[in-house]
Amino acid sequence: MKKLINDPADVVSEALLGIAAAHPDLGVDHQNKVVYRADAPVRGKVGLISGGGSGHEPLHGGFVGPGMLDAACAGEVFTSPVPDQVVAATRLADGGAGVLHIVKNYTGDVMNFEMAAELVTAETGVEVVSVVVDDDVAVQDSLYTAGRRGVGTTVLLEKITGAAADEGRDLAAVADVARRVDAAGRSMGMALTSCTVPAAGQPTFDLPEGEMEIGIGIHGEPGRKRVPVAPAKDIAEMLVEPILSDLDFTGGEGVLAFVNGMGGTPLLELYLMYNEVAKLLAKAGVTVVRSLVGPYITSLEMAGCSVTLLKLDDELVRLWDAPVSTPGLRWGR
Amino acid sequence: MSAVPVDVAALRAWIGAFAADVAEHQEELTRLDSAIGDADHGANLARGMRAVVAALDSEKPSTAGALLKRTGMTLVSTVGGASGPLYGTFFLRMGTAAGEVETLDAAAFGAALRAGVGGIVARGKAELGDKTMYDALAPAADAYDAAGDDLGAALRAASEAADRGRDATVPLQARKGRASYLGERSVGHQDPGATSSALLLAAAARTLG
Repeated sequence: MKKLINDPADVVSEALLGIAAAHPDLGVDHQNKVVYRADAPVRGKVGLISGGGSGHEPLHGGFVGPGMLDAACAGEVFTSPVPDQVVAATRLADGGAGVLHIVKNYTGDVMNFEMAAELVTAETGVEVVSVVVDDDVAVQDSLYTAGRRGVGTTVLLEKITGAAADEGRDLAAVADVARRVDAAGRSMGMALTSCTVPAAGQPTFDLPEGEMEIGIGIHGEPGRKRVPVAPAKDIAEMLVEPILSDLDFTGGEGVLAFVNGMGGTPLLELYLMYNEVAKLLAKAGVTVVRSLVGPYITSLEMAGCSVTLLKLDDELVRLWDAPVSTPGLRWGR
Repeated sequence: MSAVPVDVAALRAWIGAFAADVAEHQEELTRLDSAIGDADHGANLARGMRAVVAALDSEKPSTAGALLKRTGMTLVSTVGGASGPLYGTFFLRMGTAAGEVETLDAAAFGAALRAGVGGIVARGKAELGDKTMYDALAPAADAYDAAGDDLGAALRAASEAADRGRDATVPLQARKGRASYLGERSVGHQDPGATSSALLLAAAARTLG
């Protein structure tokens, strides 16, 4: 294992020290491992928090700031945060209008956020609504599984819902926007290499030279199938086809197409992939009106990418375009 | 009926024995979890139980309810993943059902055990056969109730039922948690959560009966 670390046990806490040093407009509660807007809570605004295991940066701490999240808590690498952390983030974000919890659909995350919501409501009376993101089409039958995993749509949902909260909407209305984004987003990912959790010191799974995993999760969970490495245009098809067959993306106001890097793939290749994805979408009669390309929800140093499509309407386009000012996404201010 | 009911010292001994068993079986739990999960069950639960022992040593709760609730809260705060909320809820609900009393007779301990198992269902939404800790705990609670009011006999029956439930998870296909993403590939592996739950009942039979 070659990594830019001191001690594997200190990776998360030392990265948070770096975030605090690099971004004076963010505060960090080092004990609870919470990144928050230095001006939080914003009086009268619905608070938005998220969190999860570390190793997916910039998600979630890098999306804290005006127009997006108010606070985010960081678990250990690939391990959900415990309720105390979520409670601390909720308290920091509570500006008197309630707090929305944005939770990726993993068993541990869902349970820890659920317990935290019960605890913080009992302690402080703050109203909490949770929205669970589950957009990964690689997981097929939710009757016999923990359900679809929360992946790329999470980034888009945090941005769009953050804009809705900025407009001064109430908690129910903000949660409604979040649920609409989740329902309209679908993702599919793939890996060229494994990743190595610092505390484990070994690659999470074996992926021989010349093979790739299609339908990978963001923690190295198994995908749909393992196949020989193929040209980018064929990989794009393997990712786009299952998304298009899961939801009709034609019509409406078009889509937001998001090609995400898993952490170890350069932008050069991500833009090459975007070109292949765009060609496939044009052929399928899907109109792309917004795009995002880059590593935004990563899996440590895993090489690979995911494709997310989000079906848009006028309102979602407007909320996407609204100003945002975070380490990870920044425009319009 | 056992002559001695379950008192606070006995509960403390049970928790201590479970912590020691988890530490002893940490590598086995991790090995089971790396086959179908994310290889952290042994380390996470061992860390949590170490914290529980430290918390009980410093606070010395004086009632059954306080001891069980402190155990649950500490697990929730230190374990993470799914097993933190699940084991945490088990002990919290057990503690609430036990109440602020110094001793529990066989019936009261059984009611607390039943409440704890109910908490696991409420938190995890698991059903029998999903290949989870519930597959060990549900038959254990049933066997305890069926054994009558002799505490020692009931705990032994519960422990044996938990062992059988644990073994019966091997051929099952997981429908909950990270293992469920494996689909048919989860068949043939013993569930790590059911394995640690069987340790919990075995420790109870040794220390409380």
